[in-house]
Amino acid sequence: MSVSTCPSEPSNAVAPASGLDELDRAIVLATQAGLPLVPDPWGTVGKPLGLAGNEVLARMRRMQASGVIRRIAAVPNHYRLGYVANGMSVWDVDDAHIERLGREVAAIPGVSHCYRRPRHLPEWPYNLFVMLHGKNQAEVERQAEALRERLGEACRDHRILYSSRILKKTGLRLARRPGPPR
Amino acid sequence: MAELDALDRRLIDTYQRGLPLCERPFAAMAERLGVSEAQVIERLQLLQQSQVLSRVGPVFDHARAGASLLAAVAVPEAERDEMAAAINRSPGVNHNYAREHDYNLWFVMTAADENQLEARLEALEEELGWPLLRLPMIEGYHIDLGFPIPWNELEAS
Repeated sequence: MSVSTCPSEPSNAVAPASGLDELDRAIVLATQAGLPLVPDPWGTVGKPLGLAGNEVLARMRRMQASGVIRRIAAVPNHYRLGYVANGMSVWDVDDAHIERLGREVAAIPGVSHCYRRPRHLPEWPYNLFVMLHGKNQAEVERQAEALRERLGEACRDHRILYSSRILKKTGLRLARRPGPPR
Repeated sequence: MAELDALDRRLIDTYQRGLPLCERPFAAMAERLGVSEAQVIERLQLLQQSQVLSRVGPVFDHARAGASLLAAVAVPEAERDEMAAAINRSPGVNHNYAREHDYNLWFVMTAADENQLEARLEALEEELGWPLLRLPMIEGYHIDLGFPIPWNELEAS
């Protein structure tokens, strides 16, 4: 089980596909659950695809350069490290100041994600989403308090939505291939 | 919390921000940490087995590999589990959290492109019988590099 960083879906402002060809997509599929932990991971990934290791590496580099890959990383499971409380905090922030404040908030320790999203009035007035992680709920509340101070008068209201259950979480997110829903 | 020694911590601290993208990445890490390649690989395997690391691998920007959207729905508590199951069955859903709010189910819908995304949302909306709150990201402010882990504090807890 993992709580770590949710919901981490990206913008849909960028055009899809972004120049990935069939082999790129095959590499994404083969690596998105993790690299093989062997001295030559690229060769191991390439073998079933009929690709040499250096070709896989070249494609990985290209995908990183184009931004499809943000980074290759050892991704910690924050839940296992003791960050068992995660709160999605949502804030109603003055549109005139949200750009500056969003960037400031993103730099606060404990904040893993900070996104601007649309309001849906009247039922949903919140336009800034900030994921907070702490060892317990009290710590998350303290982080939210610090955030509240930082936002000052530009913030009209906020809520913290704790997750009561993780119903599904998977790192496997790329569809096998663009096409009709399966 | 799992028992982690100094090497484990250095591995996590240093490489949650990014591995070298080179021919022998684990050898490059080993050189930097002053240990052997085999040691690095063994540690990473252990950290993965004990689930301290979710994985060692690429972090994709899915906006550039398709379309996705955070969505929420307010359903009666009595129907929540049933609705959650329907959401989980729906193609393209990759996160689904129950949260304490009127909007009590939160999930991420993904698709190959915008048209497919909207079609999936509409199909799911119809199945659930409740309107979905669509919350696309307008802008991301975080610098997605993980965050420093305060080992001492965690140990004290």
